[in-house]
Amino acid sequence: MRLLAALSGGVDSAVAAALAVEAGHDVTAVHLALSEMPAALRTGSRGCCSREDARDAGRVADVLGIPFYVWDLAEQFREDVINDFVAEYAAGHTPNPCLRCNEKVKFAAVLDRALALGFDAVVTGHHASLTDGVLSRSVDLAKDQSYVLAVLTPEQLAATVLPLGGITKEQVREIARDRGLAVADKAESYDICFIADGDTAGFLRDRLGSQPGPVVDALTGAVVGEHDGAYAYTVGQRRGLALTVPAPDGRPRYVLSIEPVSRTVTVGPASALDVSRVLTGRPVWSSPRPLPLACEVQLRAHGMVHACTVTPSGDGWQLALDTAARGVAPGQAAVLYDGDTVLGSATVSSAA
Amino acid sequence: MAYLDHAASTPVLPETVAAMAAAMAQPGNASSLHAAGRRARRTVEESREAVAAALGARPSEVLFTGGGTESDNLAVKGIYWARRTADPRRTRVLASSVEHHAVLDAVEWLVAHEGAQVTWLEVDTVGRVHPDVLEAAMDDDVALATVMWANNEVGTVQPVVALAEVARRYGVPFHTDAVQAVGQLPVDFAASGVDAMTVTGHKFGGPLGAGALLLGRDVACTPLLHGGGQERDVRSGTFDTPALAGLATAATLATVRQPETAARLARLRDDLVRRVLAAVPDAVYNGDPVDRLPGNAHFSFPGCEGDSLLLLLDARGVEVSTGSACSSGVARPSHVLVAMGQDEERARSSLRFSLGHSSTPEDVDALLDALPGVVERARRVPVR
Repeated sequence: MRLLAALSGGVDSAVAAALAVEAGHDVTAVHLALSEMPAALRTGSRGCCSREDARDAGRVADVLGIPFYVWDLAEQFREDVINDFVAEYAAGHTPNPCLRCNEKVKFAAVLDRALALGFDAVVTGHHASLTDGVLSRSVDLAKDQSYVLAVLTPEQLAATVLPLGGITKEQVREIARDRGLAVADKAESYDICFIADGDTAGFLRDRLGSQPGPVVDALTGAVVGEHDGAYAYTVGQRRGLALTVPAPDGRPRYVLSIEPVSRTVTVGPASALDVSRVLTGRPVWSSPRPLPLACEVQLRAHGMVHACTVTPSGDGWQLALDTAARGVAPGQAAVLYDGDTVLGSATVSSAA
Repeated sequence: MAYLDHAASTPVLPETVAAMAAAMAQPGNASSLHAAGRRARRTVEESREAVAAALGARPSEVLFTGGGTESDNLAVKGIYWARRTADPRRTRVLASSVEHHAVLDAVEWLVAHEGAQVTWLEVDTVGRVHPDVLEAAMDDDVALATVMWANNEVGTVQPVVALAEVARRYGVPFHTDAVQAVGQLPVDFAASGVDAMTVTGHKFGGPLGAGALLLGRDVACTPLLHGGGQERDVRSGTFDTPALAGLATAATLATVRQPETAARLARLRDDLVRRVLAAVPDAVYNGDPVDRLPGNAHFSFPGCEGDSLLLLLDARGVEVSTGSACSSGVARPSHVLVAMGQDEERARSSLRFSLGHSSTPEDVDALLDALPGVVERARRVPVR
């Protein structure tokens, strides 16, 4: 096959490309320039898209002996990922920008471009399995990224190659070392790539400005504090609430909900975070199943799974969880699994 | 493999390799006083004389540098500083809006850090600066004017003699970046009337990393590099003797062969242009159709992205350029085409084919074999 490998400059995409070359495919590499003002050097585990990452990606292509280009998708990334991220927080939601990037950039803009240029598929270094169009978890459960890929449609999956699903991260590093790829021991990136200093609240404050509002106790209805912007809070958050009135029962309080119009952040006891009923927007089915359906649902990246029953509700799903989930925020993705197999994904609209 | 990117770098001449290999076998620092030093110094000075003779300059007007970017920076910043030192009111730089980044960014740096003002000289739709535009920009506060000899992207040749004449009348030093011109056009420093001229070896069969700034003897220029006082105290640094031997060899051969090379390349280029326009009838030929570098052909392909065309041609063994790339490899719409009044989409749809001394009719055939299919394929790519 003629494959387009997206090289981030990290070890996973490097090894994915290497395995594709070794499998006999005709591979061309691209590095996606996603930042409009790339930093010259990478700092620690945060950030991506530095010129150093572009250089590392180019060196991988050199060693593999494949063509290498840089594609400037900064504008697309700003519109579809960064602006969406800010708008979602402004609406009181908790978005997952990696998922949005997969949905709108990597497996949309890049994939469309690749197919138009005559490539058969894109190959990426995500830790997930994809066999005969069926997406499932990586054998390395600690690194599994099937959750952020569940948003892909069967058409997108049909033009995707994921070579790393059957191997662990440690094996990936070993393969990189064996092949002489200099990125073998490069630090992992954990945080949101476009917030280089890790200060998400500061990033949002720069874009949304000061939007002060009350913090209200769910049990007493009393105003127990002030905040400078509800966007700085996520459901389930405990730290940094700066409450001025103690809880009647003296127990820790958590963010229960965020109401963007009145800018009200409601806090309450941990037990009030438990939800057993989740409603979603329109789903994407990667492996379609008829409803009602008994399966498992995962509600956050690297979160635990809950057995549930899925029934239709409007355009979306209603999920009845067998065991309560704690801290489910609108904007998160609900991903259905049958064992390790991904069935589909939808965005949480409300939870109770 | 068809290499149609000589404007980026042209293959090194075998005579250059031989001259450099011979010089590399000789030890010595050309500034040393003993026999080895004298031997190296002789090579350096003979190289200087050869470059001067090839380009119509006096040997003392040839300052060796590390290449085009350094020469441009030295001319723009050095002349600016010297002129401002002589008269603090002189803080304005006149520069064409189609300069190479080595001039553009040096000027912008002066604006950001040295209190300079800039007047970007507008160009017409083929990228030419008219002498009356330069004249209209003249004022008491002008430190220097800089307009390239020929454009690296669209190939348009500037009326350098007429521009230099305007500058001379106003007593303003005039610099020209002649990087693309040497070997393709007749270039005579003295006859052109310019005060400073940038040249670099790897555009005419010489080595990478060796160039010169030709600087009139009465033109004051503050150094960027301080040290041993080489090159009239304007550019310190140990002489790179082998590179200078190579630079001189290539300069001599390129200028001797220039009339014949230019005629041959113009024929090849005209054939390429005719065949591209026949194969892709809506392609737009950019730049001056007559006054242009003989090896340059530059087109916009409506509905295509230059990036896509480049990738697809590369996969078919045809090496071309979109004309502009930053150090991270990200293509930006060309400031040259934007200055010529083209919109961003058309600027992004362009491709440069550039021929040089080793170009053959087979290179043009290879391009035309691949191009129709490549353009058709690139038109399917969603335009960003």
